[in-house]
Amino acid sequence: MINSQTVLESKKITVEFSGFKAISNLDFKVTNNKVHFLIGPNGAGKTTLLDVICGKTQVSQGKVVYMEDQNLMKLKDFEIVHIGISRKFQTPSIFQNLTVYENLIIALKQDKGLWATITAKITKNQQKDIEEMLHLTGLIEEKDQQAGALSHGQKQWLEIAMVLLQDPGLVLLDEPIAGMSKVERLKTGEMIREIAKDRTVLIVEHDMDFVKEYADIVTVMHEGQLLCQGSMEEVQNDPRVREVYLGRKED
Amino acid sequence: MGKIINQSIFNKKNLLLLGFIVLLIAPLFLTDFRLNLLGKYLAFAILVIGLDLLWGYTGVLSLGHGIFFGIGAYAMGMYLKLEASGTTKLPDFMAWSGVQELPFIWVPFQNPILAILLGIFIPLVIALLLGLLTFRNRINGVYFTILSQALVVVVVTLFVGQQGLTGGTNGLTSFSTIFGFSLASTTTQTVIYLITAAVLAIVYFASKMLINGRLGQVLIGIRDGENRLRFLGYDPAIFKTFIYALSAGIAGLAGMLFVLQVGIISPTMMGIIPSIEMVLWVALGGRGTLIGPVLGAILVNWAKTTFSESYPDIWLYFLGLMFVIVVVFLPDGLMGLFKKFQKRWIGLHDKQPNSARVEKNYS
Repeated sequence: MINSQTVLESKKITVEFSGFKAISNLDFKVTNNKVHFLIGPNGAGKTTLLDVICGKTQVSQGKVVYMEDQNLMKLKDFEIVHIGISRKFQTPSIFQNLTVYENLIIALKQDKGLWATITAKITKNQQKDIEEMLHLTGLIEEKDQQAGALSHGQKQWLEIAMVLLQDPGLVLLDEPIAGMSKVERLKTGEMIREIAKDRTVLIVEHDMDFVKEYADIVTVMHEGQLLCQGSMEEVQNDPRVREVYLGRKED
Repeated sequence: MGKIINQSIFNKKNLLLLGFIVLLIAPLFLTDFRLNLLGKYLAFAILVIGLDLLWGYTGVLSLGHGIFFGIGAYAMGMYLKLEASGTTKLPDFMAWSGVQELPFIWVPFQNPILAILLGIFIPLVIALLLGLLTFRNRINGVYFTILSQALVVVVVTLFVGQQGLTGGTNGLTSFSTIFGFSLASTTTQTVIYLITAAVLAIVYFASKMLINGRLGQVLIGIRDGENRLRFLGYDPAIFKTFIYALSAGIAGLAGMLFVLQVGIISPTMMGIIPSIEMVLWVALGGRGTLIGPVLGAILVNWAKTTFSESYPDIWLYFLGLMFVIVVVFLPDGLMGLFKKFQKRWIGLHDKQPNSARVEKNYS
């Protein structure tokens, strides 16, 4: 693995919602094998940036490039998944009526065309991957339970497992620890460390203690623009960041 | 699926087999008249399997399956009409409308095999095109439902308007033979009934296999969280189009079997009201269960016949009441009720921990 290879790069992107610029002229880079946090006050455009990367929202200007040669703006949302970018949403969005195991099965990395789906059979390797995920998330006991019956934290982990099963090069997580207990946070943090070992993770998070604990690199966004980027320490000592957060009570 | 109680699976299989055997030996103990009615119910039962794949599993509500059913029925009806008119003469209604020559769209239906294939593929292709147009453009949910209903209005108007081509409001009737066998003979009708029962079994098991595979999980995924599924790398539009087309093909097949046993097809039988009724059979049986809608279609139609025979004045109220009760008290239909009882039964008689999880509860 080459050090500090650019995984994702946004080039002067602007996102406009009927006149309001959620993101304006943003240049942004993500390098490989890092836990990269995206922070900033509400309305800074963090989630919008994730939406752009995964194809949920269109840019008005500029482009986002993955692995230096894949222009994401030309791909549909499900095609972006195929080239290796997976997203976990803010609210747990798993399939309530499927079992935990079935949720994992449909997430598996494989041909997801119609015919391939009809004829799909699970291979030994895939079986092993699923078992691994069940262990990583601690959901082995709940394997045959309906996913809708899981606790909030378990749902979040299941969704992270589903994202990982697609074997993405870049994982996007949107507030993965929101609404979690202390113990659950710790476990999620460990999971994130584990998955960042061989892939890049980009996380939007509000919880500064969590960011401090797990961040390799932190990007601060403000009003749709990049404010500063660096290690947590650098960012914390940046006067502009203090100004932006002034009056906001962070825990 | 792992260890879902072996016992109940065996029971289920046995029950299905038993049901099928009862259908096969029905000709032995039913009068010709009753058998003919049962055959009609079974044709409807075939149709609702497709509808359940579409609505129950994929979550796409079509209020326009009457026309797919109708087009299948017309395809078969056209062949029967041509055979009844003899090879040289025109169907009677055409002569009345002043049509001189056999219209070119009728020509392929002189061949029974071609007619049967067209009866499946015309609905299938129409649904395929419509599905591509709508689902690809992300026209979903209630907008799609309205569109499917509009399709009914268009097609029915077209069929009524083209008197010389379709027989207008009267539709197609007075058939005589199929493959040279008299449609009025008991033997022919019994054979047609048995074919209907066999087709029902085949369509049921083929659908069951489809649903038990990965496809079933993906379809449920589309129903419960289409966007999430998109971000797992699936293109829901393709899957929805496929199921829509498949269900339309099944509806066409059901329509053909229907017309063989009922002997008439007219625009009212493919209109808005039948299209909605079909959906109600699915709801009543329990959507997302396959067997539920089959039972729903048979039961409702049987009840319709029975009520209308015994209480000709008020039978429609009975039917209405039945639907209200189901919608209000049994959101999961008869199968939901059945599962509730099953759960309680197992809870009472069997304390093994993993028996408690009986079946998926689709809500």
